[in-house]
Amino acid sequence: MTYVAKPKVHHPLLPLNDLGLTRRDYEGSVSTLCAGCGHDSVSAAIVAACAELSLPPHRFAKVSGIGCSSKTPSYFLNRSHGFNSVHGRMPSVATGANLANRELYCIGISGDGDTASIGLGQFAHIVRRRINMLYVVDNNGTYGLTKGQFSATNDKGSTSKKGAPNLYSPIDLVSMALQIGASFVARSFSGDKRQLVPLIKAGLMHRGFAFIDVISPCVAFNNHTGSTKSYEHVRAHSESVMMADYFLPQQEITADYAPGTMEDVRMPDGSVLRLRKIDGAYDPHDPVAALAHVQEHQAAGEVVTGLLYVDPDASDCHEVLDSVNRPLNSLDEADLCPGNEALAQINAAWR
Amino acid sequence: MEFFVRGGEFLADSPAVGRVAARMKPTNILDPNYFHKVVDCQWACPAHTPVPEYIRLISQERYTEAYMLNWDSNVFPGILGRTCDRPCEPACRRVRTEEKPVAICRLKRVAADNKGDIGAYLPRVPEKKNGKRVALLGAGPASLAVARDLLPFGYEVHLFEKESAGGGFMRSQIPAFRLPVEVLDEEVEIILNMGVECHFDHEVASMKAMLDEGFDAYFIGTGAPRGRDLELPGRQEVDQHISIGIDWLSSVAFGHTTEITGKVIVMGGGNTAMDCCRTAQRLGAESVSVVVRSAFEVMKASEWEKEDAMGEGIPIINNRPPKEFVHENGRLKGIVFECVKPVQGSDGRLRYEPSGEPDVFMECDHVLMAIGQENHCPWIERDIGIEFDKWDCPVLDEQTLQSSNPKVFFGGDSAFGPENIIWASAHAHKAAISIHLLCQGKDLRKDRPPEGVNLISQKMGMHEWSYDSEHDPSKRYLVPHADKKLSLSNIKMEVELGFDRELGAQEAQRCLNCDVQTVFTDRLCIECDACVDICPMDCISFTENVDETELRQRLMAPASNLEQDLYVSDELGTGRVMVKDEDVCVHCGLCAERCPTNAWDMQKSVVHIPQLGSYAE
Repeated sequence: MTYVAKPKVHHPLLPLNDLGLTRRDYEGSVSTLCAGCGHDSVSAAIVAACAELSLPPHRFAKVSGIGCSSKTPSYFLNRSHGFNSVHGRMPSVATGANLANRELYCIGISGDGDTASIGLGQFAHIVRRRINMLYVVDNNGTYGLTKGQFSATNDKGSTSKKGAPNLYSPIDLVSMALQIGASFVARSFSGDKRQLVPLIKAGLMHRGFAFIDVISPCVAFNNHTGSTKSYEHVRAHSESVMMADYFLPQQEITADYAPGTMEDVRMPDGSVLRLRKIDGAYDPHDPVAALAHVQEHQAAGEVVTGLLYVDPDASDCHEVLDSVNRPLNSLDEADLCPGNEALAQINAAWR
Repeated sequence: MEFFVRGGEFLADSPAVGRVAARMKPTNILDPNYFHKVVDCQWACPAHTPVPEYIRLISQERYTEAYMLNWDSNVFPGILGRTCDRPCEPACRRVRTEEKPVAICRLKRVAADNKGDIGAYLPRVPEKKNGKRVALLGAGPASLAVARDLLPFGYEVHLFEKESAGGGFMRSQIPAFRLPVEVLDEEVEIILNMGVECHFDHEVASMKAMLDEGFDAYFIGTGAPRGRDLELPGRQEVDQHISIGIDWLSSVAFGHTTEITGKVIVMGGGNTAMDCCRTAQRLGAESVSVVVRSAFEVMKASEWEKEDAMGEGIPIINNRPPKEFVHENGRLKGIVFECVKPVQGSDGRLRYEPSGEPDVFMECDHVLMAIGQENHCPWIERDIGIEFDKWDCPVLDEQTLQSSNPKVFFGGDSAFGPENIIWASAHAHKAAISIHLLCQGKDLRKDRPPEGVNLISQKMGMHEWSYDSEHDPSKRYLVPHADKKLSLSNIKMEVELGFDRELGAQEAQRCLNCDVQTVFTDRLCIECDACVDICPMDCISFTENVDETELRQRLMAPASNLEQDLYVSDELGTGRVMVKDEDVCVHCGLCAERCPTNAWDMQKSVVHIPQLGSYAE
């Protein structure tokens, strides 16, 4: 960690976005995580994504649980709302926040401990409930904050820093999310912002539950040769199914790729998710095939990355519940108390 | 909108795949010039003064050491701290990262004003001489600096000067309200007291006769003593109302001229013109105006000299070439000026066209002509083997400053025409090395001491650096001036009061420590991106290696300043390279703070600029 704050001075050519803000305006306080932590790269990717989308920082709700990952909301979007909740209970708080104010962009940050161990039940249910949010897991396969015990996502046979092997099979959060019905499922790597930033943008703008499992190496406890979540191992064993580029509705689509390998996914808001398939046969709209693909590669010791599944027309919790269209804080007495006549009608309906 | 997240592109995306041959080579940081160039101020300084190092010493209140570090490089810190042309300041990185440069020159003065006894730091001069005699002609900054370099090596140094005191144009042309005589005397005396054989009031009339005296080497530092004149209709008739600027200033400096009356026009746009107009104002002129042929922006005078003159209420009138002197019965009535306007030519240079306005007549009683000066050595016979070119400048080897007579060297303004004091010091160091090599019977080119660089880690602990790494966003501090009423009535009263210790300490904090370098060790890097994420200036990128033109475009922030180098690493694990754009790095050290493997380290680069003293190291 460092305690020297990042100076305010910035590159003289740093561009302004549509709101007149620079990328630096989306940063948070200086990170207190270990130097080289992958989580800081994830925070930097979120900063870049939000700045590029020109989203107003004060319209964000950042929620997290406990752990190194869950500290990171302090390190981005320091002008937004935040709630650092109880261990494994971020989904409950996120659900409440989203139900109360459907107009906020909701980002949940969790870790492999917070989501795959203590919070596994909460995770399953927020996926199932289709809360409209971006759920990011900073997945490093270790309990870094308690000095390097294996976490539930650590691969069997992978070793600790001192060489002891992990005896249990891992929980694969991507497979779980696919199975339970997430409408946007991706996996990426903190060391590859070119892949990660567009995925965060698309996930933020996706209506419904968007899940990104980010492999984010722990330099202090899980970046050694026996680890399957080290910078070196992930770089050597990741198989990207596609690269994604996200374009806002008004944005000119600039990326130009060979036909046949490309697919434009139209989002309901008019934005475009352009997928450039590296594996030509891969279909990102078939959750069953996606699950099989992920698991086959996992069995072969490979990590599939990229946008694995997306349903652009998915519905979210508010649609399912047919809830009120406005944030609860904007409902006044007239909305909440429709008057005696309405009460009489309701009572009459039960007579 | 591009938001600088382009670092980390994959090779497959690049149209440059296959252009292997054009890839950039890893930077050789052991080349003394590489990091020297990053220290923009030091690189721009002709004498290569280690600016950030002395500014740090000032922060530590070690004024004497700061002074001596300057004295080593530029010989006249107190004088230069007031009068330098400051090539370092426009070069300062702050100009690129924010706006105004660090007040380097004024900090130099802080060191000089607050220094203690420097006696113990001065080089010792051997009592037993080495048997070689060197003649220095002219007692200006160039000759004095040569003397300083040669004396510790046992040379017998003879200084010949036509005036009664040393200092050359620093004494004769720089007015006392910019450079107090005590400051000048002190720094001249330091050198004379090292054992120079002074021959003052001794005008050398013949170089041939000098050569016959059999010195082992001669150094000519007689400056550019001839002020230019202007041949215009009426010039001859009003001769007694026209003075050549530098001659007039000299006559003021030596007390021969003590007043000037009536309306004065100063013609010219350089620092001499600024000194003339401010001096004239102090000597009692009824009114003073500066009239310049060219546009305000291209005037040769330093920005601050113009500001000071205007601050004293002197108008500067531009785009007015003179046409004729108007006179009546031998009395100057005034000058007629043409009106022109500057037009940008296709080559980017300004041309002047008639503006269409009618000619202007300006009344005046006296004209000070400050339109330039030139070399003038009529006392050097042209048949004694010292060649001159068509501009009447000596033909010199630029590296050794040797003339076509192997025993004769030139430096300062007499070498390549008018420059300033800092160039004189730089020439002097070169010439002293050459004279030493000549006297030792060595090769003047091959046997020169080499340049070098040392890199020293500044890491003191987990998050401790031996320099103040934090970026200070303060704006440039203003220097206090003497009360205008008082200073305008006393020609000896120094106008700029200089920073006091406190202001000096504050301004010193603005220095970005550009000599504390970001040094990258590729084999340690795990490509975690921590440095990329933390860098406040978006200087660092990890990308595939391509040719420089394309590489400059694909970094986190485009590297559009072609004068600043890219620092390129060897190939890393992923096949990419680290590329750092040196342009706007603020040397905050956060890359090194954030690096988990110490692949980045902050190391001070100490550049060794050859001086005769290098032989003693």
